[in-house]
Amino acid sequence: MKTSYREALRLALREALIADPRVFLMGEDVGRYGGTYAVSKGLLDEFGPERIRDTPLSELGFVGAGVGAALGGLRPIVEVMTVNFSLLALDQIVNSAALLRHMSGGQFSVPLVLRMATGAGRQLAAQHSHSLENWYAHIPGIRVLAPATIADARGMLAPALADPDPVVIFEHAQLYNLEGELPASPDGWACDIAHAAVRREGSQATLITYGGCLPKALQAAEQLAADGIEVEVLDLRVLRPLDTDAIAASLAKTHRAVVVDEGWKSGSLAAEVVARIVERCFYDLDAPPLRVCSAEVPIPYAKHMEAAALPQPERIAAAVREVLGV
Amino acid sequence: MSPRRKQETPAAAPAADDSALPLRLLADMLRIRRLEEKCAELYGAGKIRGFLHLYIGEEACAAGTMHALAADDNVVATYREHGHALLRGVPMNAIMAEMFGKAAGCSRGRGGSMHLFDAARRFYGGQAIVGGGLPLAVGLALADRMRKLPRITACVFGEGAMAEGAFHESINLAALWQLPVLFCCENNLYAMGTALARSESQTDLCAKAAAYKVRARAADGMDVRAVHAAVGDAVAAVRAGGGPFFVELQTYRFRAHSMFDPDLYRDKAEIEAWKQRGPIHTFSAQLKAEGRLDEAAFLRLDAAAQAEVDAAVAFAEAAPWEPVADLLRDVHTPEAAR
Repeated sequence: MKTSYREALRLALREALIADPRVFLMGEDVGRYGGTYAVSKGLLDEFGPERIRDTPLSELGFVGAGVGAALGGLRPIVEVMTVNFSLLALDQIVNSAALLRHMSGGQFSVPLVLRMATGAGRQLAAQHSHSLENWYAHIPGIRVLAPATIADARGMLAPALADPDPVVIFEHAQLYNLEGELPASPDGWACDIAHAAVRREGSQATLITYGGCLPKALQAAEQLAADGIEVEVLDLRVLRPLDTDAIAASLAKTHRAVVVDEGWKSGSLAAEVVARIVERCFYDLDAPPLRVCSAEVPIPYAKHMEAAALPQPERIAAAVREVLGV
Repeated sequence: MSPRRKQETPAAAPAADDSALPLRLLADMLRIRRLEEKCAELYGAGKIRGFLHLYIGEEACAAGTMHALAADDNVVATYREHGHALLRGVPMNAIMAEMFGKAAGCSRGRGGSMHLFDAARRFYGGQAIVGGGLPLAVGLALADRMRKLPRITACVFGEGAMAEGAFHESINLAALWQLPVLFCCENNLYAMGTALARSESQTDLCAKAAAYKVRARAADGMDVRAVHAAVGDAVAAVRAGGGPFFVELQTYRFRAHSMFDPDLYRDKAEIEAWKQRGPIHTFSAQLKAEGRLDEAAFLRLDAAAQAEVDAAVAFAEAAPWEPVADLLRDVHTPEAAR
């Protein structure tokens, strides 16, 4: 059936709430308002205010309460409106959720799922547009996911909830309106949360990306294909732990890599991917790997400036030509 | 700062107060005191490292509070939590082994002094970010409420945490959702080296809690009976429903904030004045005056505490180190346990 990324997320939420009475959704405006991005629209009517729980504007408090509720035997899904606001809750995510298992000598698990929007492209200016996935991907003790397709939006929540440890899911704000075909059977969308996925086969270079940059990378691959350049597109999907084997397998085939990441280049997730490529695949490489990242600037409001700051299909295609020397 | 401050007169002690309780309270305060004195000594000897925050002087708070809780309640504590862990039932051997960093420690040597945990006793830390345990306590209480369990969650923190946003966010949530949280503020007057009046515009802590429509009362934290009565009433009130309760225990630490702290910010005279009100000697004097205790009995309790400490040190000394091969253990739940 044809559906949107937003609806796929909602289907997954609804299914989780039906399947397990321990599951509940908590966050700012998730209930009466229906979710800032309308993901939870209708769920309050169906499941009531105990399980679709509106919170005050109090990220540290309600994310920490989510950690405590997970410790207490529930399966909370906590929505933080955007990654920018999650910084207010960073203490509870980094100092509590991620550490409690190790610090307690393995006595406590924190089965918390944290969902948040990320990314730019909607002219929301600097305090609502940043991509800080790599900050979270730096932290041992959490798993970090980035569904980039409708199938993954549908399929990632269930395994995230089944994970006894904290999972952070990044939904790119530009993807909510993405529409496409969602297979009727779970065979078409069920996924693990450990492996990257090849989204397009190719032989001449690998575009490695995730989240909101996947559609742009696929567009670039289309443009290049028109010129006879066959590019493989690898969607990381899982930002921590990174599926290094999938990266190496693709590079063994294509020998050239361009990493596309909406984070700033300095200290980016792309930097980590390139480091792994160099460590692991150096003798497979026919050219230095390149990165296409956001310009080192707080994301501007003006549309043309915002577009210039972000990775775009043209820049991605140009980087592929550069690694190919054509 | 005066050692005597305005307090509410506690209501009658809980009815469950049995005749053996006073001696148990005294014995438990002695166990904490002797444990921590030994920790200080072992710190000097290099057996215990890291940050070590002693509770000496504040024992009445842990004794009165922990004895007012049921075994099934949750406890979230701070980094000055040896006493709470011990009186929650964590074996002294496991606490001492944790201080040494041994695998037999209550956190497998991964936590140390500041991160004592015990799942079986529902002891959730051992939290070393000031205020960081408060949201956790709210979440634990939320889980119990949603699961219709009759537990309450006691969250112990210092007055320094009341300057953190986490305090305000947590007490607001607990009150908004009427959750069974006992906010237990051990006000020892200094947030590290900063006096209450130098760090908070409102020094009436009960008024801060009351601003969130939370029931609040203060008690003399140097008097174990007063703590037990006040916390007992608060526990009963929380358990009966009606949401959270805030208790301020006015106390004082006789030692510095941590072993690294030269304690230059307090007058010697102030420390001495508070020591006159030390919870162990004042309470044992009371019990003697009441004819419940004589010197020989006191010495027996003290010797038992000392023997328990000696055994714990021997246990910790003899316990093996965790193999370095297990370094990456317990970052995530192992497959087998999923």
